[in-house]
Amino acid sequence: MPGATEYGITLMANYSTNEFKGGLKVMLDGDPCAILENDYVKPGKGQAFNRVKLRNLMTGRVWERTFKSGESLEAADVLELDMEYLYTDGEMWYFMLSDGSFEQYPVERKALGETEKWLKEQVVYTVTLWNDNVINVTPPNFLDLEVVQTDPGLKGDTAQGGSKPATLSSGAVARVPLFINEGEVLKIDTRTGEYVGRA
Amino acid sequence: MSMDWRPSADIETLRERARLIGEVRAFFAERGVMEVETPVLGRAGSTDVHLASLHCTATTPAGRQPLWLQTSPEFHMKRLLAAGSGPIFQLARSFRDGEVGSRHNLEFTMLEWYRPGLDLDGLMAETEALIRRLLPSDPGALRRHRYRELFREDLDLDPFHEPLEALRRLATERGGLDMAEACRDDCLDLLMSLVIEPRLGRDGLDVVLDYPASQAALARRHRDPEDGEWVASRFEVYVNGLELANGYDELTDAEEQGTRFAEDNAARRAAGLPEVDVDRHLLAALEAGMPEASGVALGLDRLIQLALGKASVAEVMAFATPRA
Repeated sequence: MPGATEYGITLMANYSTNEFKGGLKVMLDGDPCAILENDYVKPGKGQAFNRVKLRNLMTGRVWERTFKSGESLEAADVLELDMEYLYTDGEMWYFMLSDGSFEQYPVERKALGETEKWLKEQVVYTVTLWNDNVINVTPPNFLDLEVVQTDPGLKGDTAQGGSKPATLSSGAVARVPLFINEGEVLKIDTRTGEYVGRA
Repeated sequence: MSMDWRPSADIETLRERARLIGEVRAFFAERGVMEVETPVLGRAGSTDVHLASLHCTATTPAGRQPLWLQTSPEFHMKRLLAAGSGPIFQLARSFRDGEVGSRHNLEFTMLEWYRPGLDLDGLMAETEALIRRLLPSDPGALRRHRYRELFREDLDLDPFHEPLEALRRLATERGGLDMAEACRDDCLDLLMSLVIEPRLGRDGLDVVLDYPASQAALARRHRDPEDGEWVASRFEVYVNGLELANGYDELTDAEEQGTRFAEDNAARRAAGLPEVDVDRHLLAALEAGMPEASGVALGLDRLIQLALGKASVAEVMAFATPRA
């Protein structure tokens, strides 16, 4: 377990390449990363290597790296916690642990990233902490959001294709069917920004 | 959560696997090559620096002793050759610690065969015939490449003479890892795996020959007739970027074999790896006299994977390591 504290010193675990598996959090070039894929490559009779895909949790970028088999990386002290979105004062966004502790965490715009346009009060988000600082906020896969602006709906057009942009209460813009009107509450897939249906 | 008890290969695939293994047996029966079975547990293991052996402790007539799970059936099969077996083949369950991935499994089936009196070219032709028999469609013509030429073509360098510093720089750059302290062969292995291997075996069977003498393993070494360079007398066969088989003109000299075992263990010590008990039975057999022979080890699971168009070896094994 990373981050076990003994005598006030934090002892970090190390993971060797053969322990690498999807989801494991490790430190690479000073940034916390999540392992996505790990494959073992070995030429006929020689040194073995691991080709590893990692997501840099600070930037979201995917890195492809090669390691000598048996090399190890330091575990990253990364926690993913459920937190409820409370409010923003324009500079920071405030989230609260949903475990009943009422503990609040301020989040910077940089850590919020794309999630800024998917914020809704009282909804629970997955918040990633690294060394107790928030580095990422992931919205639930589906959110119910109200349409605040869109062109007027077309009567009777409920089945045919065609779509139009609609601005949602969280600030995101989604493509919605032509029959949707302002004030309606829609179910949206936050991963793709696509309309799923009326909520 | 329910346990995932199901096989890693579907039943139809296992039926096809059984059929292909039947083809392998028929292939060797037609050629008068005898099937043998040798121990999985042996008193000695492979000294190869790049192979990690598994071992266990067993109660035997000699008392409690460590036994090694064989990384290939090579040593036992060579003792059979020395005892006058003639041509032999084996479908041998082999074990290599830490080797798990899309092309590797901790335990796997090695198809290994030995041909006394046959030279490397003859063995290459037989290996090609077996591969063609198992693959459902024509993999294309066989192309021979010299190790040195591949590095010249793809990386514009001479693997035998490029200065070590330049090799380290290139390996670091291509691999994205620190190779500043790496030895020559590790740099070459990295470049082979990342740059050259992926393009081998596309629209044809690629055979790589004349490896550096330092990568001879248990093959003989000879001087290249063209440039006088010492090279290993071995070949590897690639299909679809996948290394399938490794063939040797087998070392039969007991003294040279003893030296290579000692060199391996010295390299193990230098790398901080545990030493492996040397196979004294093999040395004694070579001393008694093993016939001149060529031999090849072929990863049967990979060949079946290719024949059935699967993405990983796990998909052609009843229970790959993660589900074993």
